[in-house]
Amino acid sequence: MATLKEELIEWGGGVFGDEHMETLLSCVQCGKCTGGCPSGRITALRTRKLFRMAQEDMRDEIFNAPELWYCTTCYTCYERCPKGVKCTDIIRAIRNLAAKEGHMSVPHRKIGVYTLKTGHGVPIGPDQMKIREAVGLESQPPTTQKYKEQLEQVQIIFKETGFDKLIDFDWEKMDLKEAEAKK
Amino acid sequence: MSEEGPKEYAYFLGCITPNRYPGIEAATKKIFKEFGIETKEMIGASCCPAPGVFGSFDLYTWLPIAARNLAIAEEMGLEIYVTCNGCYGSLQEADHLLKGNPKLKAKVNEILGKAGREFKGTTKVHHSISVMHDQIGLDALKEKVTKPMKDVNVAIHYGCHFLKPSEVRGHGSSETPYILEDIVKAIGAKEAVYKDKLMCCGAGGGVRTADTPTSLEWTRQKLVNMIEMGADCVIHPCAFCHLQLDRGQYEINKAFGTNFNMPVLFALQLVGLAMGMSVKELGLDQQTTTMSEKLLK
Repeated sequence: MATLKEELIEWGGGVFGDEHMETLLSCVQCGKCTGGCPSGRITALRTRKLFRMAQEDMRDEIFNAPELWYCTTCYTCYERCPKGVKCTDIIRAIRNLAAKEGHMSVPHRKIGVYTLKTGHGVPIGPDQMKIREAVGLESQPPTTQKYKEQLEQVQIIFKETGFDKLIDFDWEKMDLKEAEAKK
Repeated sequence: MSEEGPKEYAYFLGCITPNRYPGIEAATKKIFKEFGIETKEMIGASCCPAPGVFGSFDLYTWLPIAARNLAIAEEMGLEIYVTCNGCYGSLQEADHLLKGNPKLKAKVNEILGKAGREFKGTTKVHHSISVMHDQIGLDALKEKVTKPMKDVNVAIHYGCHFLKPSEVRGHGSSETPYILEDIVKAIGAKEAVYKDKLMCCGAGGGVRTADTPTSLEWTRQKLVNMIEMGADCVIHPCAFCHLQLDRGQYEINKAFGTNFNMPVLFALQLVGLAMGMSVKELGLDQQTTTMSEKLLK
C-alpha cells in the first residue's frame, strides 16, 4: 500500500502537477507557516505538525485531527514558506483524502446538499428576492436555481465525479441519508 | 481608460452576491455602466464552487463545476468579472490549471461533455476591483467623484484570494498591496492602517460553516483593531468577507455582548457614494450595519 505522502502526491498531482505536491518533501520544520498562521492563534491548527504527520505516514492521526479543518485557506503560509512548500494546496489534498475515508462533518455535507439541490452553496430564499427587487434587480438571478435544465447539468457532473456518494446524498429524499443527518 | 480592456464583460455572480447582498451586484453594474463598461448575465451559472470548501472536499468535483462556469462565458465570447474573492480564486485557478495541463483539460472535458459543455480556454477571469483600478483607471475615477470622502478614515480588508496565491493572481506582492489603497486615495479618503490588516476574515475554508463561533472571534479581533485606529468604515473586495464582516457583527454582538456597528462596504459601494449614488441605489440600506452620517455628508 502506498504511503500517505505518495498518495497525496498522486491525488493532488493529478490537479496541481506532481512537482507542486512533491514540495511536501522539502518541509524542514522551520515553523514559518505556523508562526504566521492566523488560525493557529486561536485554534489548535499547527501547519508544521500536519506536514510532519504527512511525511511520517501518520494517516489515522491526521485524518482524525479536528484542527485539519481549521485552515481557512488564506494562503499566508503558502506565500511565505522559504522552501516553497505549496502549503494550502497540500492541506486541501489531505482534506480530500480524509473526506474520501468518511471524515467530513455534517455541516460540510450540508453545503454539498444545497449545491446538489440548487447549484448554490448559499441558495436564495423569498426574503432575499425582496431585497433584490428593492435594489432594482430581477427577483431571481439567472442561475442554476432559476433554470432546471441548467441545474441538471450541474447534477450530472456531481454524479459523474461521485460527489453525491462522497457526502452520502439520497436522491429520493434530496437530502443526506438519515443516519448521516442525525450525526 | 488607462489600459485597453473589453467594453463588455460576463458577470459571474456566484452565491453570496446575488443571494445575500444584491446591493453589491446593483452597485457594480451601475458603476461600470457609468464608465462605459457593459455587463452581460451568465445564464445557468452555478456556485463557483468555493475553492476552500469544495476544493477541500474533492478537487476532482471542484474543477469540472468551475470549468462549466468558465465554458458559459466562453460560449458568450466574453471575459469574466467577479465581485467575490471566492469566485475569483475558484475560476481563475481552474482556468490557470486547465490552460496549463492538456491531459487534465481532456479529463475534465470528458465529464463536461456529458452535461453538454466544453472548456476551450478562450476566456479570462478578472476581479471587478482590478477592472476598476487597471482598466478604468484612477484618473477616470477621480473625474467622476462628485462627493469626495474628505476626512473619512477607511479600513481596508483584502480578504485572501484577491491577492493570494500571488503567482496566479498577478497583483504584486501579497504583503504590500496597493490596489484598494489607490482607490481610497482617488475618492479623497484616508486610509486607517490597523494591526493585522492583511489577516483573513475567518470565514473561509469551511471554518464558518463548521464552527461559526471560532470564525467570529477572528472577525472580532479585526474589528477591535480597526476601531483602535479610528476607522469610520471598512471596505473589501469580497462578497463572502462582506457576509462575515456585516452579518458577523450581529452575530458577534449577540455572542460577545458587544455593540459593534462598523459600516461594511464592498469597495465599489464606497466608490458609488463618492460618485453621488444613494444608499438605496447601492443596497446599503439592506444589510446589518448602517452607514454613518460622516459617510453620507
